[in-house]
Parts: sequence; structure tokens; C-alpha cells
Amino acid sequence: MRALDRKLLRDLRRLWAQVLAIALVMAAGAATLILGIGAYDSLFQTRERYYIDNRFADIFANVTRAPLHIARDIAAIDGVRTVETRIVKLALADVRGMAEPGSVQIVSLSETGEQKLNALSLVNGRLPSSGTSLEAVANADFAKAHKLVPGDKITVLLNGRKTVIRVTGTALSPEFIYVLGPGDLMPDPRRFGVLWMRVDALAAAYGLEGAFSEISVKLDAGMPQEPVISEIDKRLRRFGGTGAHGRKDQVSHAFLDAELEQLRAMSRVLPPIFLVVSAFLVNMTLLRMITLEREQIGLLKATGYSSRSIAWHYIKFALVVAAAGVIIGAIAGTWLGHGMAQLYARFFSFPYLVFSRDPSIYAIAAIITLAAAAVGALRAVSSVVFLPPAVAMSPPAPARYRQWLPVDWRMPRIMDTRAILVSRHLLHWPWRLASGVAGMALACAILVGSLWSMGSLEKVIDITFYKSDRQDASIQFTTKRPISALHDLRGFPGILRAEPYRAVPVRLRNGTAERRVALMGRPADADLSRLLDTGLNKVALPTHGLVLSDALASILGVRVGESVQVEFIEDSRKVELVPVSGIVNGYLGLSAMMDLTALNRLAREQAVISGVNLKIDPTRTEALFDRLKQTPVANFIVLQKTALKRFRETLAQNITIMVTVYAGLAAIVAFGVVYNFARISLSEQARELASLRVLGFSRGEVSGVLLTELAVVVALAQPLGWLTGYGFAWLMVQGFSSDLYRVPLVVERGVYAYSSLIVIAAAVVSAFIVRRRIDTFDLIAVLKTRD
Amino acid sequence: MASAAVALDRAPVLRTEKLSKTYRTGTVEVRALVDVDFAAMPGEFVVILGPSGSGKSTFLNLVGGLDQASSGKAWFQEHELTALAERGLTRYRRDHVGFIFQFYNLVPSLTAMENVQLVTDIARNPMPAADALAMVGLSDRMKHFPAELSGGEQQRVAIARAIAKRPELLLCDEPTGALDSKTGVMVLEALATVNAELGATTLVITHNAAIREIADRVVHFGNGRIVREERNAVRKPVSSVSW
Repeated sequence: MRALDRKLLRDLRRLWAQVLAIALVMAAGAATLILGIGAYDSLFQTRERYYIDNRFADIFANVTRAPLHIARDIAAIDGVRTVETRIVKLALADVRGMAEPGSVQIVSLSETGEQKLNALSLVNGRLPSSGTSLEAVANADFAKAHKLVPGDKITVLLNGRKTVIRVTGTALSPEFIYVLGPGDLMPDPRRFGVLWMRVDALAAAYGLEGAFSEISVKLDAGMPQEPVISEIDKRLRRFGGTGAHGRKDQVSHAFLDAELEQLRAMSRVLPPIFLVVSAFLVNMTLLRMITLEREQIGLLKATGYSSRSIAWHYIKFALVVAAAGVIIGAIAGTWLGHGMAQLYARFFSFPYLVFSRDPSIYAIAAIITLAAAAVGALRAVSSVVFLPPAVAMSPPAPARYRQWLPVDWRMPRIMDTRAILVSRHLLHWPWRLASGVAGMALACAILVGSLWSMGSLEKVIDITFYKSDRQDASIQFTTKRPISALHDLRGFPGILRAEPYRAVPVRLRNGTAERRVALMGRPADADLSRLLDTGLNKVALPTHGLVLSDALASILGVRVGESVQVEFIEDSRKVELVPVSGIVNGYLGLSAMMDLTALNRLAREQAVISGVNLKIDPTRTEALFDRLKQTPVANFIVLQKTALKRFRETLAQNITIMVTVYAGLAAIVAFGVVYNFARISLSEQARELASLRVLGFSRGEVSGVLLTELAVVVALAQPLGWLTGYGFAWLMVQGFSSDLYRVPLVVERGVYAYSSLIVIAAAVVSAFIVRRRIDTFDLIAVLKTRD
Repeated sequence: MASAAVALDRAPVLRTEKLSKTYRTGTVEVRALVDVDFAAMPGEFVVILGPSGSGKSTFLNLVGGLDQASSGKAWFQEHELTALAERGLTRYRRDHVGFIFQFYNLVPSLTAMENVQLVTDIARNPMPAADALAMVGLSDRMKHFPAELSGGEQQRVAIARAIAKRPELLLCDEPTGALDSKTGVMVLEALATVNAELGATTLVITHNAAIREIADRVVHFGNGRIVREERNAVRKPVSSVSW
């Protein structure tokens, strides 16, 4: 081994604590990169493979009732490869042990058992026997939530008739990776499930013999969907078609997409920050190391080593540290990525998980980390290595300090000499002070950037459930019903207030921008479900015109006073130009609202409603639930409080895990930065501090000088960290936003406080370590050395 | 020159009895100081001579409370130094001992004045920092930072810092080692003035045999022991010394 390499090894060993701190910060960067991209890739690939294996359809369309031969027409459309017709119905279910009514989506299976599209993956049991037997396969989560095993029975209101169905098995489907009930915010496997029954049994129950209510279509590879969708719409219009749509409007697919987008946002914002911080640290540490080794460098050059070979020696030091970081980061990132993918897999229903082990991710992580280290090293190296050997061998000129303020010692002294010492030391090296502050600010910022989301969610919950949608429950009717249905419901037990709503599927269009949404009609004086303007004040629904949520308005690019084309997808297919009369706040989904009467008038319908929002007397909920379970009018009931609980649980679980991982990594960064800063400060001031000890200062007083300096840097870093963290949160909010939900940028004071506390805790730990070093100073050795 | 009255009839300020120090590195043992018996009287000016490794610096470090003895005892007045723990030694250095080193050990970020104030901030009965600097002839350089002072000036600031606490004991380790003859003489003048005016017992370690004549007593170290002592009947004035 060459002597320089041996020196490298010894240096690494001597500086092991600082080396480890930097390597850990780099590992955090590499890990977030591998974790973020790895989890994203794993999920993406799992979904792709699942879609291919189980032949997930490209286009979906619902009709009221269409004869089977229409399917042949659709199969003949150019670009269509496979077509499958089904009966799909939503029904109330009464499951043993559950007070509130649940709902099931019932999907037909062909009599032959052949599943051309959206094939099931049977988890256990068997498919229902053919014919009209009342058997069904349940989706795995629903079965698990109710401990259903093959042979168990559940009662379902099939077309208004109480029907006992025997469960023959459990299964997963690519259509229901994310099993969300209509109007629900989070999958709730207790309250919503999917049952697959033989088509004959379903057709008999719903009087749909020789007909279908849903059609799925697979396209030839590379075939654009738009022309096919419009062809399908043409053929289905007269059968009550509600408009065909592609995967992007398929609930499960859309939610998974939004989730993947979030993961990607995380993996794009955080790793670069970690890597910048680690480059910083390498730079700070090497700069100090090289300054201390200035004379050695001079000596090496005097003996004939070239500037290049010496520079390479120090760069190698940085690269070895980075390599250690990459290795630790790769292991941690793979492990965490595995964990996160599994977490998602639990949340989503996948039959298997494809773990992405794309070597290119590791290569990217390694290259970026090594490059960050090399950049940090180069700057440090260039300061000394290119000095002529004679200059390098002589000690650097003593630091020239200057008075920042005119001082006259006849005036009373306002500062203790030690305070002067600290302030001069800090101000003398503004670059070092700035980089220390910046490094710690980044650590604090990463924490703010990781922790903020909890507060934002609370805001979403508060606005959505307590200020806007304040109803206890929403009942969705099986079909639209006259307004008199509202009066019938008012007679049910425990209902304190009932407000009707009408939901009409429409396509809103402005120029090329268009979105498919449910246009909601509600009474102008609705008080349970209220509209809030963007300033969160309650606003009344205008008697005419459309009110759009801010997100939808921005997607469509319209402002109040401008008009939007409204295309009714059901029945009439009427297209109307309607002015936008208001823009309101909305975090979940994209919403468009109108006055109920105005909507029915626009749709040229009588006074009809789709459902009712309810305020319920909490002491009489059971009586109400019992009554609703018997009622054939509703097919789905949203219970806001249950939805909220579920929303909290699910998000809290996911976010807590994510936040813990990122906050843990950020804490490592905080520690790495603070510890390195403290160690460098100590090495720079060792001699002065030892002098103070000789002069009779106690260990505590001497440590106080260094720790005060550290405290000042930590304190200065906090406001900057909060500000930068807010910026990171803003960046992530941009990445999080999707059609399904938007996250308001709310960074609560607690987030700043927690972030700062973690940084301060890291500083305290570093301070303790440094303090121990000061306590064990070899006073004599320090004083004998020349500066 | 006018010498400080050396009170030979009074109790010694500093006394050691079989003071020893052994350094261990792995299996290697170095006996740096072996059974040294020594006493210094109030106001006495002692020069300690000896080759490198003779144990003189080790001796100074032990009696200055910078290091712990391996065996033997040392007293400052009636206090047993060798019985003191870390905290006691810090107190001892803070209140009673002034140090001067070869490389000055000034704090570069503090002016001459502030370097002295470092000590006056914590000492029990300090003199005004400006007075200490005046004593070493640096009244006009008080606002300067160490980097703006010559080597001799820096060493005089170190002396001012050492005496500002009115120490009973002034310990100097090669105070002129890094200085040329002319500057060195100025530093010695300052030391002699302080010794005379404050009556501080002064121990000066040096390689420089020319300095011996300005002392009350000269102690020779060799192989970790005191090998010889001599007393000057008359102390020569510093101005007559050169090297």
C-alpha cells in the first residue's frame, strides 16, 4: 500500500465520528432516493403486472339496461380487442354484528366462468356455482373485516328484496385495488365491499335477462381511447349510457395514480436537499482537515508529490466517506422501500408485490452522492493544494480580527470578554458562520418539510367535516326520486333535519379543458352541507349559475362571470352554456354545484332528487339504521363520522410511517451538521480554549465559550429553517395536488416547534460529546504546539 | 538592581517533597520527574536551567496545577496541591498562578486589553487591565489585536495577562525562547519589574544560561532531578544581559 493511502486510512480512523456523521447524512440522501423511487417503482410495476395478468380493461361504460347484442356492435369498433358485458349494481347489505347498514357493489360473472377482462384472483374458496344459485365471492378486505369464510351468509337488499347470499370464496380484482364506496373518502372494508355473483342470478334479481348494465373494453395496443369512447357513447346513448370513460376516471385507478404521484413528489423534493447538505458537510470538514494539514501538504509537495496527486488524496477521502454513505443508504433505502411498498400493498389490495430492484436507481444514488462529495471536496482542496510548497509549509498568516464596533473601555462594559470572544470568532469567518447556519437551517427545514402534512390534514378534516359537510349521514337513492321521497324520510326515527340533493353526471368543458364530475344540486338554504368561499366564509348558493370548487375552476381555467359548457351524460345528452356564478373552497374531489331547482330546470326534469343529507339524533341511530336496512330506496349510506374516523385512521397510519421515516432521516442530518460544526469549532479553538483553562477558567466556563457559539448558530438557523421548510412544504403541496384531493399548505406552529426541538436535541447531544472532549483536553500538549 | 525583598525567614510559597511524575505509553515508562524536593520563598526569582527532557517543564506543570503528580507532595502556602481535585486546581490557577509560555498563547480574536480582561473578569482581586498593560509598557497598544503586535509585544501582553490577577506565583516556560535577544531583554525587564513591584514568586524555565545572573537562585535540572543549585549574592540588572 502506498504511504498516502495508508495516511488516508489512518485519517479515516482518526476522524471516524465525523466521517460516520457525514456518511450517515449521505446515507439519508441515498436512502430517500432509493426509498422514494423504489417504492414508486415497486407499486407502479406491481400495478402494471397485475393489470396485464388480470386483463384490466381500458374503457368502462354504464347503462341503465342494454341488450347483449350491442356488445357485438361495440366489439366491431375499430381498435377494440375484447369486450365484456356485466351487470353491476349497488345494494345495501346487512352484515351480522354491524349496527349501521353497509353496502356492496355486486358484479356479475359470466355463466361460462370465463373472465375475459378484469379477471379475479381467487384468494380462497371457489367461484359461485353457475345458474341462479345465491352464491358470491367477496372481495378479500370485506371478508376479512367481517371474518367471512366460505359457507358464511350475508343479507343483501337485491333490488329491494332481502336476499341471503352464501359466500363461496374471497378474491381480489384489478378493478378494486382501492375499494372505495360512492361518496366515501377512504376505503372502509367494514362498510363497503364487492360481491361477484353469477350473471343469471343477478339478471333474475334485477330483471336484466339478456341485458347488461356495464361494459368493459380492452383496446388494441397503441390505440387511442378518445375515438373509441365517442363511438361507444354513440351506441349506448339510447340505453341510458352515462358516458364511457377511460382508466383515469376509474375510481381505483385514479386513487392509485394520485398516491403514486405523491410518492414521486416526495422522492423528488427530499433527496436533493439531503445531498446538498452532505456536500456542505464534506466541504466544511475537509476544509478544516486540509487547513490543519497545511504543513504536511507543503512537505509532501517539497518531496515531489504533485498538486494533483495530493488533491486526489483528499478527494479520495471524500469519496470513501460517500461510498460508505451509499452502502448504508442502499441497504437502508432498500429495507425502507420494501417496508413502504408493503404498507401501500396493505392499503391497496394487490395479490402480490413486485419489488423493484432496478440497478439504475442504485447507480443514480451512488453517482449523485459521490458527485456531491467530490464537489464539496474540490472546493476545500483548491484552497490549499495549489499553494507553492514553501508557502504551504509555513503556518498561515494569523487571522486578522477587527473591531466591529468602536470600543472605549472607559465606558461601562456591556459584554463579558467571553461574549466578545464568541462574537468575534463568529463574525470573523462569515462564510463558516453562514454555512453552519445554512446546514442547520436545512436540517430544520427537512423536518418542517416532513412534519407539516399532519396539520394540513387536520385542516382538511376541520373544513370538510365540521364547516362544510356537516351532515351525520348521506343517503343515496337507487334511482332519482321525486322530492316527495324527502317527506317520506322525514318520518323515519331519529332524523332531526333532512336536506335533499341531486347528483347529475356531467362533462364540464371550457375550450380543451374538460372534466367529468357529478353536478350537485342542493337547496339554496342548505345548512348541513354548506358552501365556503376561498376565505372559508359561508356563502349562499346563487339561484342560478354554477358554483365550482377552486381546483375545478383552475383546471377549467374559468373565473366568475365566464361560462362553462355543461354536457349532461345521462339520458338527454343536452349541452348547455352555463355561467359560473361563484368559486368556493374544496379540498376533496372536484365539485360543481347548482341550485336544486335551477339544476332540474336545466336538465329539463321534474323536481327530482338523488339522495338526502341527514342530521341524526345520536340517541336514536340504531332505530334509524334498523329502519334503513329494511328500506329498498337507498343503496348506499355515507356516515360522515364513520368516514371521518376511517379517514383519520388510514391517513394517520400512512402519514405517521412516512413522516417517521423522513423525520428520522432529517434528525440524522441535524445531528450530522451540528456535530460536525461543533467538532470543527473545537479543533479551530482548541488552543484558545486550553489557554483559558490554564488561566483558571473552569471546564464549564471554557465549554461555555464553544457551546455559546454553537447555540448562537443553532438559534440563527431556526427562523431560516422555518422559512426554507415552508418552501419545501410548498413544493410538496404542488406535487401532492391531484383531481382527487388537494392539500392546503398549513404549517402549524407546533411543526416549527417540533422541528426546532429535534435540531436542538441534536445540538445538545453534540454539545455533550464536545464537552467531554474539552474536559479531557491535554492542556500541556496544546500549549506546547505552535499555532 | 533593586531586588524584591526575598523573605527567607518566612514560610515558603511553594514547596515540594519527593515530587515525581511517570508517563506511561503502552508498556513504555518515562520517569520525567524523580523525587524532587524544592522550596521557593515569597518574592524569590528562580531561574530553572536544564537540557531538553530534564524534567523542568514537567516540574512547572505540576506546581502550576496543570498536571497531576504520580507520587510525592506539593504545597502552595499551606494548601496541599497534590491533594486537590480538578476543581481545586482550577481555583488555584485562577486565583494564585500566572503563566507565561514560549508561544504567548494569546486569544487572537481579542485585543491586548481584552486578553487581559479575560483574567480580570474572573480573578478574585485583579488590578485594572489597563494598569497591567501599563506595567509592561504597552499602554499605547491596548486596542491592538495579537496579529498586529510584534512577538515581544505579544509576550508582554501575556505577562500583563498573567500578572493582572496579582498572582503569588508567576510561572514562565521559555518566555524568551521565540524572541531575539533585544526583544527577549525587554520581556525579561517586564518580568523583573513585576517581580519587584508585586512581589510574586517567579519561576522561569529557560535554555538560556545568560539569564541566570538576573535571578536570586538558579536551579539545574537533569534526568528528572535537581542536580545543582546556586544562589546569586547579587542579582544583575536585566539590561546587562544579552545573548
